[in-house]
Formats: sequence, C-alpha cells, structure tokens
Amino acid sequence: MPLVEVSGLTKVFRVPEREAGMRAATRSLFRRQWREVRAVDGISFAIEPGEVVGFLGPNGAGKTTTLKMLSGLLYPTGGELRVLGHVPSGREREYLRRMTLVMGNRNQLQWDLPALDSFELNRAIYRLPRDDFARTRDELIDLLDIGDLVRKPVRQLSLGERMKVEVVGSLLHLPQVLFLDEPTIGLDVTMQKRIRAFVADYNARYGATVLLTSHYMADVEALCRRVIVIHHGQLLFDGALAALTHRFAPQKTIEAVLADGETIRLSVPKEEASAATARLLAEHEVLDLTVEEPPIEDVIERVFASGAPA
Amino acid sequence: MSATGAAAGRLERREGRVRSLADYYATTMRTTIQRNFQYRAATYGYTIGMVAEPTIYLVVWSTIARGEGGSIGGLDPGHFAAYYIVWTLVRIMNITFTPYGWEWRIREGQLSGWLLKPIHPIHYDIAWFAGQKLPWLVMYVPIGVGLSLAFHPVFHTSPLSVVVFLVAIWGAYLVRSIGLWLLGMCTFWTTRGSAIFETYLLAELLLSGRLLPLQLMPHWSQTLAAVLPFKWTFYFPIEALIGGYSTGTLLRGLGFQLLWIAAGALTVKVFWRVSVRHYSAVGN
Repeated sequence: MPLVEVSGLTKVFRVPEREAGMRAATRSLFRRQWREVRAVDGISFAIEPGEVVGFLGPNGAGKTTTLKMLSGLLYPTGGELRVLGHVPSGREREYLRRMTLVMGNRNQLQWDLPALDSFELNRAIYRLPRDDFARTRDELIDLLDIGDLVRKPVRQLSLGERMKVEVVGSLLHLPQVLFLDEPTIGLDVTMQKRIRAFVADYNARYGATVLLTSHYMADVEALCRRVIVIHHGQLLFDGALAALTHRFAPQKTIEAVLADGETIRLSVPKEEASAATARLLAEHEVLDLTVEEPPIEDVIERVFASGAPA
Repeated sequence: MSATGAAAGRLERREGRVRSLADYYATTMRTTIQRNFQYRAATYGYTIGMVAEPTIYLVVWSTIARGEGGSIGGLDPGHFAAYYIVWTLVRIMNITFTPYGWEWRIREGQLSGWLLKPIHPIHYDIAWFAGQKLPWLVMYVPIGVGLSLAFHPVFHTSPLSVVVFLVAIWGAYLVRSIGLWLLGMCTFWTTRGSAIFETYLLAELLLSGRLLPLQLMPHWSQTLAAVLPFKWTFYFPIEALIGGYSTGTLLRGLGFQLLWIAAGALTVKVFWRVSVRHYSAVGN
C-alpha cells in the first residue's frame, strides 16, 4: 500500500500584479489587479514505503509547493492527498511526529546557541524519552561526524556545517517520511557527498521513505532509482531514472582519440552503438575509446524542453 | 476495555500531555535564559532602555503634581513614583511577541519551521518570552533600587496584595500575549499586519494605564477601559501592589484576567484553524 498518495493535486495562488512606475502604482490604489498562478496543476503519483524518489523540475515548476502541501504547510486548492494515512493539511500531531521537511536554505536551529541546545528543544517538542533521544542523537552525530560542531553556536558554523547539523536536528524523532528540498544547495562537492551518503544510510537503516528535490543531478543519480519530473505544475514523467534516459535521450555518445591526435565524437542510436564502435575500431587506429550515456543534466534539459506530459 | 479503564487511560494520556507540555515550557525557558547569558550586555541594554519611558512619565507627572500644589487627581509624587517604578516591572512582564515579529518570521521562514512541529506555536512564544523575564527581572533589581532612592515611592501594600501582584503580572503577560497573537494572525490575511498593531498601541497607551494612571483619564475613557482587556495588562497589576485595593477588588481583578485569558485562548483556537489555511508560506 502506498505511503504517499497524491491525486489531482492542485494549488492556485492569487497574486497582485501591476506594471512598474508611479502611474501604475497610483492606478493600483483604486483598481488592484490580480492574477491566478497555478503553481501545481493536477498532479498524481504514489510512493511506496522505503522508496527514495527524485522530484525534479526547473525553478518555479511547483516542486517546493508540492512538498509544502505534502508536509501540511500549505492547504491544497484541489485534489486529494494522503501521507502515512493522514491528510497533511489536517496537521495532526501524530502525522507531524512521523515526518520531516528539510529545506536547504532555511535555518530551524537556535541561531545563537550550540546545536545541542536546539536538539534538546526538539526532544521536548517531539516528547522523546530521554534515553532514546540521547541514543539517536549520538548515532546521527556519529553518522555525519559532527561531534565538534554541535557544541559551537550555530551562527559560527559554515553553510555546509550548518546544513549537516540541521539535518541531524530534523531527524532526531526518526521520521518515517523525509521531504528534502534541495538539501545540498550551496554546498561543496565533499559536503554534498556526505549528505548523500547520510540520506542513503538513513533510508537503509530506518526504511524511511524519501522525496528529494535537487538541482544537482549527482544527488539524484546517487540516491534515486525513480524520478518524478514536473514542469509548470504538471507531471512530465514518473518512472525509473534509467527509463527517463532511454525515453528522452535514446542515443549514446562515442568518443575516440585517434593515433594522429584527432578526436572523433559520434552520437548514435543506442541499438546501433556496438556496430558503430566496431566500425570505428576497424577503420581507424584508435588510442582511446569511450561510450557513454548522455549526461543526466542534458537528459533533464530535454525533458523540460519537451514540456510534454507523460 | 471497561469504561473505568478507558477513563483511566484518557486521564493518563492527559496527564502525559500536561507533563510533556511542562517539560517543553521548562526546556524552552532554559534555552532562552542561556541565550540571555550569551548576550548579557545586550540584555542589560534592553533593560535600561525599558526604563526610559516610565522615567519620562514619572518626571513629567511628578513635576505637574508639584506645580498643582502637591497632587493631581488625588495622586501625589510618591504615588506617581510607586506607579511608574512598578510600571517598569509590569512592562518587563508583559513584553511579548508583536505583529512586527510575525512579519519577520513569515518572511524568514521561521513560521514554516514551527508549523511543521507537533506543538502549537503559541506555546513557543509564551515559553520563550517567559524565559526572557527572569534575566530581565534580575537585572532590573538594581535599577529599581536606584529609582526608589531618587523618587521616594509610597506603597500601600499588604501580604495579599503582594501575592495577587505576583499572580497578576503573569495574568497580564498572558492577556497581552494572547491579544497580540490574535493581531499577529492577521498576517495570514495581510502582509502588513503591523499596521494594525500601531492602532492597538494607541488604544493601549490610552486605555491600559500605560501612559498615565487611569483615574486621571476622562470619564468616557475609564468607562471604555472597564470593558476592554487593556487595563488588565498594566493598570490592574500596578494598582494591585500599590493602590491599597480591598480583597474583593483584588480577587475580582484576577477573575477578569482569567476571563480575558479564557476568551482569548478560545478565539485563538478558532481563528487559528481558519487562518492557517490562508498561510502561503511566502519567502521560503
């Protein structure tokens, strides 16, 4: 039975709008103009327990709005939504105790105090038994190797350090569902890897279900076998990452460095890749040869460009 | 399960919830106190800043009273001194989260963080500012002693009025906190909820005893103050300590505070359910 069930989910925002300049500002005093923005436009999907799903889309596609509805922050305009058997907008305590939403660019820790104090506050908020809390806290601190960081005031941590501490703070209650909104944004490559490994470890250890948005395709490749792609609030693709590549980039890139120093780059249909490689080797003296899938970033770009719903 | 067993279970769950909430309040207040220790110089600065407003009122009204032959409206400089020295204590106690803070926390995404937690955010605000009171009060003691030496306050206190005062300053805090929480929730409907707060401040200045003791206000103003919550946040706790109130007046005052707290809490509960649906989580 799916843990997350989304059917025809819609969110419409009504936003004021006017042209620039004094004249338009004066006119808006008497006649305000509004525009309806369909941030999420009737998307449907389901996620099984323990799945790690990548939620992809360009800026403004509706990813964060969807995550906010899933976590109960926003009230949907239409459609149906159930997570862990709860309607998120009901904001039942039982539901909030079992999920977490981590936003990469937001700080939920006490800025002036060491993170350990914020963790203690979370213990009280989530009503965690002290022994269980201490065990989980120490385990998560070890997993992310942040023993030295949790004793410093949060304001003195770097962005990457703060993010690691933030993630630990969000998981102290061992949520079964994780909504991760760009958890590696702005982090260097090493930090990104660390966070990725941690999420994978948490998923394996606790069987948690993860829905992850990220603009770093490395995050998605490392963690997600399945991806959901949305654009302009509509679902473009829902399926295996490999199937996404197959469907939107049915070609492989063959690159050969020849003995005379020349480099040849060919893009051929996947089913013809082996024949093309054989012909290349037969007809030229080849020093080096690589056959690759197109970079996932290119594939995603093609998906967005196609704009065609799945 | 038998009916008795079910009732016992419910009672146990309720006791568990109360214990958890008490633990939450204690933890939050500890966190706030730790933060104040971290910024002790700033905390002292705030405390001194808070003394400026009542000291100006005190000097002005004492001067006017002396100019009027020693008293005005039956209040002499000794009463004014007592009123405004206790005023500062009450002010420290009734400082709470304002709609300015609501705008800030929505813009910064702090409210989203709180909405994700399995506890009503009003508890955090009340616990947080309750924790602030303790260091502020400790720091106010030498300032209060200094003001007393300079202005010679006259108190008409009794053991009962001291006890009522100690309860009433927390009542004042809750009445004001809940009232401003209701105003803060307007931020769900309009992005500039603080504009409404300015109007609230004007009403508070005139009808709470913040600007001057209510007995010096026009009759219509006193009548209006009697049916609004403002006087229970300044005037009542101050006069409870210094005004020589009868036992009946003291207990009736606490009863009115309790009434406003209950009415406010109920309104917050209802308004919250409606308002939170309008939350657009902008700025994050």
